[in-house]
Amino acid sequence: MKKEKDAMGMPVSVEIVGAPADDPVFGEVFSYFDYVDRKFSTYRDESEISMINRNEIGMEDWSDDMKEIFSLSEKTKNETGGFFDIKKPDGKYDPSGIVKGWAIKNAAELLKRRGFKNFFVEAGGDIQTGGKSEKGEPWRIGIRNPFNMDEIVKVISVSGEGVATSGTYERGRHIYNPKSGTAPRDIVSLTVVGPDVYEADRFATAAFAMGKEGINLIEKARGLEGYMIDEKGIATMTSGFAAYAA
Amino acid sequence: MKKLLFSFLLITAFAFYVLFNSSKSVSLSLPSNGSSETSKSLSQGGDAQMHYFPADSGNTQPSGGMMSGQMGMMSRSYRDGTYTGDVVDAYFGNVQVSATVKNGKISDVQFLQYPADRRTSIEINMQAMPVLVQEAIQSQSSNVDIVSGATQTSQGFQQSLASALSKAR
Repeated sequence: MKKEKDAMGMPVSVEIVGAPADDPVFGEVFSYFDYVDRKFSTYRDESEISMINRNEIGMEDWSDDMKEIFSLSEKTKNETGGFFDIKKPDGKYDPSGIVKGWAIKNAAELLKRRGFKNFFVEAGGDIQTGGKSEKGEPWRIGIRNPFNMDEIVKVISVSGEGVATSGTYERGRHIYNPKSGTAPRDIVSLTVVGPDVYEADRFATAAFAMGKEGINLIEKARGLEGYMIDEKGIATMTSGFAAYAA
Repeated sequence: MKKLLFSFLLITAFAFYVLFNSSKSVSLSLPSNGSSETSKSLSQGGDAQMHYFPADSGNTQPSGGMMSGQMGMMSRSYRDGTYTGDVVDAYFGNVQVSATVKNGKISDVQFLQYPADRRTSIEINMQAMPVLVQEAIQSQSSNVDIVSGATQTSQGFQQSLASALSKAR
């Protein structure tokens, strides 16, 4: 059974093989995403992150989830040589580059705790898979053509891995390089496959900010594979990526 | 004779234990040069893990970073003032901090001493990289279960819409 809903400012879909339509777990997952949005959305004036950015809450009063996100962000910043940084040039914090993967992973953990083994949770193009599809095969994931969103340019098969794609579409300044303060223009899309969507998301964010060098970050990182598309439509893949290609 | 042998084995086992523990990596990561906004993390023997950060100049509020562990320390009420901590041997060198309390709460922690540079950063050495396979992207006609990619409408539009709708609830 597959259900879709808008949450966290993006479409969210959850498919659970073998779960009936009225299974309460669907509501639990969507409620969880609403909770994440209320806490971490920089576009909500009343969110905890907005209050922190206005210096209205001292660190000792931050929620446990907020402290965890800041801690994970710091760790990611260190592991990526500073290319992942939730602190923006204006001095405000925007953890969206790590919250999405973290939240999807948590939602998947919720499904596992309820005993579900075959599922996927997808939010805004980032995905956590579990087991196999209804057909009994690994989940088939299509990478969107960054130049034409109706097309797919690559298909990969995964079972349990997480997949995250960072990208700029049209002229949007979605991710920028914390080191130079500008949006990378030489690449348009970078997809990372990792042991879970949290790992994939944080490294996709950091690697995309590096521009063309980003694929090397993924190549060097153990357990991650990547598919990068540049502004000319040339894709570069890490040495183990082909194993996922269907 | 047996006692002597047993004692020797015990001492050897202990020696291996000490050697094994001292060879465990202690991570100390410092930002690259030129950054005036630094945050440093220190691992002391695997127990307390405390993260500190300097305040922005002219701003005594915590500037960011995070606190983990020892939350009991953070939630108590303290007397206002600035306090200097002990110099602590942190394996790679000495660490000493000073804490500033304002309105009964810790508002800032500064490093007075920290160990000499031990960076952990990923170095991208282009010469050492293998040549990665490239291909021109092509539209695929396969059926898929899920699509990965940024959503079509711009991020700003979607987020703005979400925030407007949240006020409408």
